[in-house]
Amino acid sequence: MIGLEDLYREIILDHYRTPRNRGELETPPARRAEGFNPLCGDEIIVYLQVDEAGVIDDVAIGGQGCSISQSSASMMSVAIKGKTVEDARKLIVAFKGLMSIHETDIGGDGSETALGIDLEGASEGMQLGDLEALRGVVKFPIRIKCATLSWNTLAQVLDE
Amino acid sequence: MALRSTVKSDFPLLDQQFHGHQLVYLDSANTSQKPQAVIDAMTDYYETTNANVHRGSYELAVRATDALEGARAKVGAFINAESNSEIVFTKNATESMNLLAHCWGEHSLKAGDAVVISEMEHHANIVPWHMLRARKGIELRWIPVDASGHLDLSDLDRLLDGAKLLSVTAMSNVLGTLNPIAALAERAHDAGALMVVDASQYVPHVPTDVQALGADFLVFTGHKMLAPMGIGVLWARAEHLEAMPPFLGGGEMILSVTKDGFTTNDVPWKFEAGTPMVAEAVGLGAAVDYLSDLGMSNVRQHEVELTAYALRTLTERHGDKITIHGPAEPAERGGVMSFAYADVHPHDVAQVLDQSGIAVRAGHHCAKPLMDVLGTSATSRASLYVYNDKSDLDKLADALSAVDDIFSF
Repeated sequence: MIGLEDLYREIILDHYRTPRNRGELETPPARRAEGFNPLCGDEIIVYLQVDEAGVIDDVAIGGQGCSISQSSASMMSVAIKGKTVEDARKLIVAFKGLMSIHETDIGGDGSETALGIDLEGASEGMQLGDLEALRGVVKFPIRIKCATLSWNTLAQVLDE
Repeated sequence: MALRSTVKSDFPLLDQQFHGHQLVYLDSANTSQKPQAVIDAMTDYYETTNANVHRGSYELAVRATDALEGARAKVGAFINAESNSEIVFTKNATESMNLLAHCWGEHSLKAGDAVVISEMEHHANIVPWHMLRARKGIELRWIPVDASGHLDLSDLDRLLDGAKLLSVTAMSNVLGTLNPIAALAERAHDAGALMVVDASQYVPHVPTDVQALGADFLVFTGHKMLAPMGIGVLWARAEHLEAMPPFLGGGEMILSVTKDGFTTNDVPWKFEAGTPMVAEAVGLGAAVDYLSDLGMSNVRQHEVELTAYALRTLTERHGDKITIHGPAEPAERGGVMSFAYADVHPHDVAQVLDQSGIAVRAGHHCAKPLMDVLGTSATSRASLYVYNDKSDLDKLADALSAVDDIFSF
């Protein structure tokens, strides 16, 4: 039987209790995008500051919602900070793969081909690290949208 | 008199397990489960009676037509309509409200006319008026909700001044609040406005008499009152239905069609274009029979007692951790209990409860303006009906302790 411990792993609850990179960034120079889950009213705001070399030198997360959406956003912010935009895009693909989502549209207007990467091996060399803890979400299909909300919002802000 | 103790066994769906636990269904404000009598009535219709209605000349078609019109008569009697022609069948309460906004609104309102609604309305009683505002430039005014979960009527005279329509829910789908519809209808009429009642949460749970309520229009849906999804009702005083232009065009709603135009059928068929949902109407008729056999005043009493038990038990067991929205007095409310549990998100509360086989709804309940008033984006909601009993509420109280175990920090 699927247990709640598959969903509410300790690392997830830790990011929910103590969200990382919580706050706002000044826009501009930062870019900002909002994502909503109309089903449950969850809201994620992603602020992204990218330097001239294409490196994400700062990220902030706003909004409110359930433990899965908020912890996923927190873990995402840690994972992408200091990474290049290109690597962040690869992480999006890797995370969506983890969530077993093979939709052709990865958030915003960017299709996989428009992102300039092929799904096969797109996440090559990318370590999901703590994000692996969200793997159990797949056993609770209605929560997948919670877990992917921040990633769709990230894709949106990268495409803008 | 209390409900008979065998009610739960009339509902086959309730006899199953989820995650190793007997299902505890606490989401009837969302949709109700169906008694065997309703399921059987619909099966029997398809096994013995199905034909298209109002047009066949053979005996079977006459029987199908009688089934549809018989259901209409049952619904009419159930809410004490003056005539069966005042009962318009729709797809659901949302369609009933849209029909009203389209047909009555387009016909009777002009730019600048005011429609008054409240902050505790379901989106079905908000968005059609927003859409009418966009089409016709009407003004939308809002009755506020106070901290106790009641309508704040202190400014009603000003809100109704010059208004053409007052449209309010009889019972909030979030707070459970029962609103003083008869008094509101009187105030509306004194101000020269007509009164619309969203009775989606009311007709299933409280004895309903449209004459006593004094309203002009009343909408509700079948699926929240033990009937199938796909059938709703618009009740309106005959004079209003007569004056309103038709809704959808097509078969059934006409008397005659030529190359130059058409003439409309009599009410209520003027508003029922196309082949109607006959089996669903039969199901609604069977649901009305079932509820009438239980006795609607018994249904109401059962829910007042259960609500009182729920409010008491949840507060005793969970103290300051639980905040239950809406009126504190069970007699002033229905069995819809929206609550916050500590600062745990409703989606997580519902997930943990599901693991114990308990079905509650988490979200904004199609009442986002009310969520803004409550200062939240979502609530958990447990809602009761005839098949619920005290053991269901004990299980809810038990399972909420698991929420505490996982999320207390």
